[in-house]
Amino acid sequence: MTNSWTDIKNTDLVVVMGGNAAEAHPCGFKWVTEAKAHRGAKLIVVDPRFTRTASVSDYYAPIRPGSDIVFLMALINWMIQNDKVQWEYVKAFTNAPFIVKEGFGWNDGLFTGYDPEKRDYDRSSWDYVLGEDGYAEVDPTLEHPRCVWNLLKEHVSRYTPELVEQVCGTPKDRFLKVAEMIGECSAPDKTMTSMYALGWTQHSKGSQNIRGMAMLQLILGNIGVRGGGMNALRGHSNIQGLTDIGLMSNLIPGYLNIPTEKEPDWQTYMSSRSFKPLRPGQTSYWQNYPKFMVSFMKAMWGDAATAENDWAYHYLPKLDVPTYDILRMFELMDAGKVNIYFCQGFNPLLAFPNRGKLTSALSKLKLLVVMDPLATETAHFWENHGEHNDVDTASIQTEVLELPSSCFAEDDGALVNSGRWLQWHWAAATPPGQAKHDTWIMAQIFLRVKKLYEDEGGVFPDPILNLTWDYADPDEPSPEELAKELNGRALEDVRDTADPAKVLTARGKQLLNFSQYRDDGTTMGACWIYAGCWNEEGNNMARRDNNDPDETGAYPNWAFAWPLNRRILYNRASADVQGRPWDPSRKLLEWDGQKWTGYDVPDIAPASRPEEVGPFIMNPEGVSRLFTRGMMRDGPFPTHMEPFESPIANVFNPEMRGNPVARVFASDAEQFATSDEFPFVATSYRLTEHFHYWTKHNRINAALQPEFFVEISRELAAEKGIQPGASVRVWSKRGEVRAKALVTGRLKPMQCGDKLVHVIGIPLHWGFMGAARKGWGPNSLTPFVGDANVETPEFKAFLVNIEPATGEAVS
Amino acid sequence: MNIDLSRRGFLKLAGAGVAATSLGAMGFGGAEAAEQARVRAFKLASMTETRNTCPYCSVACGIIIYSNGDLKAGEEARVVHIEGDADHPTNRGTLCPKGAALKDFVNAETRLTTPRIRRPGSATFEEISWEEALDKIARALKDDRDANMVLTNDDGVTVNRWTSTGFLAASATTNETAWLTYKTVRAMGIVGFDNQARV
Repeated sequence: MTNSWTDIKNTDLVVVMGGNAAEAHPCGFKWVTEAKAHRGAKLIVVDPRFTRTASVSDYYAPIRPGSDIVFLMALINWMIQNDKVQWEYVKAFTNAPFIVKEGFGWNDGLFTGYDPEKRDYDRSSWDYVLGEDGYAEVDPTLEHPRCVWNLLKEHVSRYTPELVEQVCGTPKDRFLKVAEMIGECSAPDKTMTSMYALGWTQHSKGSQNIRGMAMLQLILGNIGVRGGGMNALRGHSNIQGLTDIGLMSNLIPGYLNIPTEKEPDWQTYMSSRSFKPLRPGQTSYWQNYPKFMVSFMKAMWGDAATAENDWAYHYLPKLDVPTYDILRMFELMDAGKVNIYFCQGFNPLLAFPNRGKLTSALSKLKLLVVMDPLATETAHFWENHGEHNDVDTASIQTEVLELPSSCFAEDDGALVNSGRWLQWHWAAATPPGQAKHDTWIMAQIFLRVKKLYEDEGGVFPDPILNLTWDYADPDEPSPEELAKELNGRALEDVRDTADPAKVLTARGKQLLNFSQYRDDGTTMGACWIYAGCWNEEGNNMARRDNNDPDETGAYPNWAFAWPLNRRILYNRASADVQGRPWDPSRKLLEWDGQKWTGYDVPDIAPASRPEEVGPFIMNPEGVSRLFTRGMMRDGPFPTHMEPFESPIANVFNPEMRGNPVARVFASDAEQFATSDEFPFVATSYRLTEHFHYWTKHNRINAALQPEFFVEISRELAAEKGIQPGASVRVWSKRGEVRAKALVTGRLKPMQCGDKLVHVIGIPLHWGFMGAARKGWGPNSLTPFVGDANVETPEFKAFLVNIEPATGEAVS
Repeated sequence: MNIDLSRRGFLKLAGAGVAATSLGAMGFGGAEAAEQARVRAFKLASMTETRNTCPYCSVACGIIIYSNGDLKAGEEARVVHIEGDADHPTNRGTLCPKGAALKDFVNAETRLTTPRIRRPGSATFEEISWEEALDKIARALKDDRDANMVLTNDDGVTVNRWTSTGFLAASATTNETAWLTYKTVRAMGIVGFDNQARV
């Protein structure tokens, strides 16, 4: 989230599209209710299903799964056509005036540079024209035909209300009503917030769905303001934290990157990370990358990381592919190329697509290690559970270790909520039986591996032998010690760069914040964006002052928000070019002639003059991007792409299947279906009574929603002769499930051009372990393909068939 | 308002106060002490209260866990009740149907209590000691890493990556667990490293 849960009360309009907050984030959704009740805010829901969020909305519009880009680009087109643009914001705070290179263009659903063999674009034309001074050329009048604004205008001109009706199945009048309501928020004193979740991310073009809304929010001037923003509602309690800390194939904590093999040395790695400003006077904060990177390397390897050995650069692996993400790992596993796999509190057998392939892959491992508080399906994948897990146990040679770990109630530490608040919690209970903290388990595994290298030698032991491990109890590093490492510490006296006589932080002390990170090896810090979470003032994540001065919703002294305790990102954009709040009644920051003051920690240096320094300091441009240059693989603007399995051909290019640059493994391509055989669109969703595959282990939740079902419309039920509550068989090209039919009016067939599209809803909470009745998840059916930029699997739009089932349904 | 006030202390005071003042005010005199002795103490008053946050979705509602036993005093402690934290700015004491049933998660029958191993081809798990399990893992890691660590690519560039072992991290572990996991996994050179954020 750019903003926070408690800030939602400040909004005038909530758009829930790509999510279902009332059911998936009930207590956060209360802030929508608060805005409606006390501010008169309106709520729009755009969703294939009339969800419980929709049931309390002011306006609802249905949409065919996987067609969101058409809807969003049509909204942008409507705003431009109807002059619903926050012009001052767009001109000053976005790259609308930037001139784009000749050569960039779009045709037949594709941008310039497409290579069908490589399934990739040559993105060299997707960039600005740079002047001789190295700065990007701009036209503040927005008259230049090649400026971003005019290219955007042309790009979205294809997305008309008629196209929305044809492709999305949204009646034209519904779309127009939504557009009118949203258009009101282009006024500087009106704000809209976007709340989205996996309904947008779980598509082969999920990143572009989100970009589409981000662009709309920029055009309306809604980023950086109270009650505005792009608010990703993260699905789990610490997905934000694990992403921040970089537990992903290609990441280093704080959104730094693991090198690739095209960066054979430190100098090459750093050369593409100089982040020289693209406009005069801009901050381009990533210029500090070397400070964050060196401090990270010192946190990892301490004295073994020196200037002479390029901070132990070769201790880091170098990637040959963009990521060894989960899909790729299961593909490799299925090819017999992975021997050992660990699952720490993660149940991929139900969480990843094409369960048949997952079972086959896990069966080829030598060793599977599962650490979990609960008995998961993954740990028991080899166990025969009849139709719910029909495997040949004896033939599966995988050795499985199931290790009992503690749960939230049994450990101390911080979780990061969706609003980037790091909140400390305390252990209240003893782990059951022999269950252990994950920290103990990881330390024990590591220390044993290290001992083996010490005793026996082996291949490249250096990064293992030299890993910093100066914990009071090496067998179980404490949460306090680890949190302090995340914050960072002075290894030598840290001095003021402007006045070297002045010591800011003495050797051995915790760094105040990331402004004290250094690139000369005198500081260590694991995750620069967290710096300040545990400095010499103590554990700021444990702060519990719930005062909220002037009731802005900021709660600035509750816990700690990254970065720098900032509660709203890009908050300088809450004021106009001169530094006056767009809406004085919703002041966040203002320029007092000398400095920025207000309710939040300013995004930019407190004394940066408003006319000189742009609000988007992480971008070398100093402004936000309506055009992303070459940073996204599938286009600098979102363009409509159908799901890989769709009942409708792409309206711009009938030959194009799915996302033309998404990675597809050969065996998976063979398993993509067409609508001739599989005529119905399926989509997955959560229920409010369950959390993923955990709460089916709880008796109360298992009693509240005991049994797997699929949701279908009355029309489809009538067409297929399915009675409410009867058992049905649902199958895709990859597998099948049996379920009870929930026949509702919440799903309705959608007329898309000459095609009537039926949607089947498949909730995701059942498996073969736990207290609830045995069932299946949607992943028995879903295709093994991910988003082209981040490889999030396409769970929200795929093809199935359905029929009444004979015999008993789920036992 | 920095809430360090013990709710347990508050409840005790309030409970005793109500009993004493109302009975006293009504003039029961000697009956007062007898009545007070008869009134059962508020059940949660003898519990240890701990501030925590809900482990499910990313709203991260504040919760108060009531346990039988005080962990910080070195005692064994069992969770007997969990409720919303009224002081928390986001949820202000409320919980959803999942959070309201959190105690069932902590005390679920399918909580794991002992390390177990499933041998190749076997139809059952059998118990194994932590020592044996951890030694087995370390041995397997060392052998696989030594056999499959890629030190250079075909062009002779140093790459130091290990692709034949992978690690999936969680979505509800703490930052601190995440950082220790990061350190150990990265130091070994594992690149097949991911977490639930991918899905």
